[in-house]
Amino acid sequence: MAVLAAIAESVAEIDQADRPVLMKGNEAMAEAAIQAGCDAYFGYPITPQAELLEWMARRMPELGRVFVQAESEIAAINMALGAAATGARVLVSSSSPGISLMAEGMSYLAGSELPMVVINVMRGGPGLGSIGPSQSDYFQATKGHGHGDYRVPVLAPSSIAEAVSLVADAFEVAERYRTPVMILADGVIGQAMEPVVPSYRMPPRTLGDWELTGADGRPPRVVRSLHLEPEGLEAHNRALQAKFKRISEREVRWAGEGLDDAEIAIVAYGTAARVARTAIERAREHGMNVGLFRPISLWPFPSEALAETTRSLRAIVVVELSAGQMVEDVRLAIEGRTPVFFHGRTGGMVPTPGEVLDVLRRAWALTAPIEICAREGSTDGR
Amino acid sequence: MGGDAMSTLTADTRRIIYQRPSMLTDRSSHYCPGCGHGIIHRLVAELLDEMDLGPRTIGVASVGCSVFAYDYLPVDFVESPHGRAPAVATGVRRVRPDAFVFTYQGDGDLAAIGTAEIVHAAARGERFSVIFVNNGIYGMTGGQMAPTTLLNQRTTSTPTGREASSTGYPIPITEMLALLPGVTYAARGSIADPAWIGRTKAMLRRAFEIQLGGGGLTIVEVLSTCPVGWGMTPAKAMEHLARDVVEVYPLGVIVDRQKAATPRTAEA
Repeated sequence: MAVLAAIAESVAEIDQADRPVLMKGNEAMAEAAIQAGCDAYFGYPITPQAELLEWMARRMPELGRVFVQAESEIAAINMALGAAATGARVLVSSSSPGISLMAEGMSYLAGSELPMVVINVMRGGPGLGSIGPSQSDYFQATKGHGHGDYRVPVLAPSSIAEAVSLVADAFEVAERYRTPVMILADGVIGQAMEPVVPSYRMPPRTLGDWELTGADGRPPRVVRSLHLEPEGLEAHNRALQAKFKRISEREVRWAGEGLDDAEIAIVAYGTAARVARTAIERAREHGMNVGLFRPISLWPFPSEALAETTRSLRAIVVVELSAGQMVEDVRLAIEGRTPVFFHGRTGGMVPTPGEVLDVLRRAWALTAPIEICAREGSTDGR
Repeated sequence: MGGDAMSTLTADTRRIIYQRPSMLTDRSSHYCPGCGHGIIHRLVAELLDEMDLGPRTIGVASVGCSVFAYDYLPVDFVESPHGRAPAVATGVRRVRPDAFVFTYQGDGDLAAIGTAEIVHAAARGERFSVIFVNNGIYGMTGGQMAPTTLLNQRTTSTPTGREASSTGYPIPITEMLALLPGVTYAARGSIADPAWIGRTKAMLRRAFEIQLGGGGLTIVEVLSTCPVGWGMTPAKAMEHLARDVVEVYPLGVIVDRQKAATPRTAEA
């Protein structure tokens, strides 16, 4: 593990107006990366993230920074690997089928411990699927991508403003732990336009003892993932696992809304959480106290917080733009203590608030009211 | 040896005419007896020394026997996934314009799994040098057919010899790359005899000089041996290389776009 030396003490604040600007999600994430000090971007066109690449194509050369349109997502992530190995701050972006092609690179990045931010603007699958929004890459993002024992932090924005701030956070987390970090957005976050007060941030740069700059006056360095001796590879894996443990202890993020008096919690992230919010308003109009538990870090998953927050609730309703992926982590977290209901749409379809309301009504009808005396104190947190 | 015999050789008259380059580490090699990588590593090391490139070099190691090039060439190295070295080198080059960048790739790596990456790095005219070691076989995995394997050659995946009807023909990929205007220099050398080793070194020097001068992609294919994979003694393998392999892969400079209209010659 690198000995990191902080070279900038304070967070650089970018001069900016406080008035909202109408921005498309893909472009906002691209500009957020630029303002976060991204040195190089490598990408390949794919819907629904193409505007991100186009924004970088225009802006990066203007700033004297690196933009390369690669011949494939495989090439893009490997160009990024080369640039990251020299200590550059690097971004790549794609959408689901392209992320599958980057899976090989993700494994090598994890094995070589290279920091990088990877944005996945998810679309419907499997296969070529559709270009509509989806959350069907949750398993891929949180459980793997490529081969080998590794984890990658995954951050899921549910608004364009949040996407902007998470991009800067992602660079910081990536460099702090020498790991790729994935922003898991979906086609709605990428394509929608929202008024945003751009809260750009330039994370401080740190310099380690591993970057390839030419062995001038120091011993040569090798950035590698190959360890042919089993003892050596096991030691490497132990060090990686210790790092993943640190990340899972320190980098858990979630947000709670209206959980203080809730009897049912909806668990949803990204665009699904937006739908859930509308359903919750309507449910409350109908006398059902429903709150929202919104994971922001999908790995590490906020398991403990979820278990603690929902311990005494009568039911949990999980809403996803998938056939049911995050719901497995929810069930693991609550260990059968609370009934779990699921509603998901696939293929680029987005669940409607009406559909979610129907599931809430069913959950309400099928579960026993909770005893007020069993309630705990405030449960909102981060 | 007696002290008297040595005493006639004073420090003034002794001269070092051959030694291990400082850019070659002093360790025993993992390569098989008769393998060509040792010779080619040495040529690279000599040039890094002679051109004083070590302190500014970032090498890209590929997948195959030569992935351990970083154990022998004491410069900064990044390890690439199989075939992706030209993409990795593109990333290094773009953010480090002052570095000296090279990839060291085998024929399975460059001419099979990595064809997209080498073709597009060449099309973009990326400013790095490719050392392409062609021994016509997958050595590290046990001697299977490579895209460069000669017709009728026996390998562990063509046990009765390579047949064009089912496995196609050897790929002359350096000639194919030389068609692209982004390739400033393409040449093919060999380690079959001392004369060609010297010419191959001159080709590598030319490639490195063109990179330092701001030229586009430079590639030197080096025909090499794999005695174990070929099922030959090291001496037989060298004979086979000099006699048979060069019939399929002719030696010489294929293109040098910094020289005006250079006809193909046998001399580097």
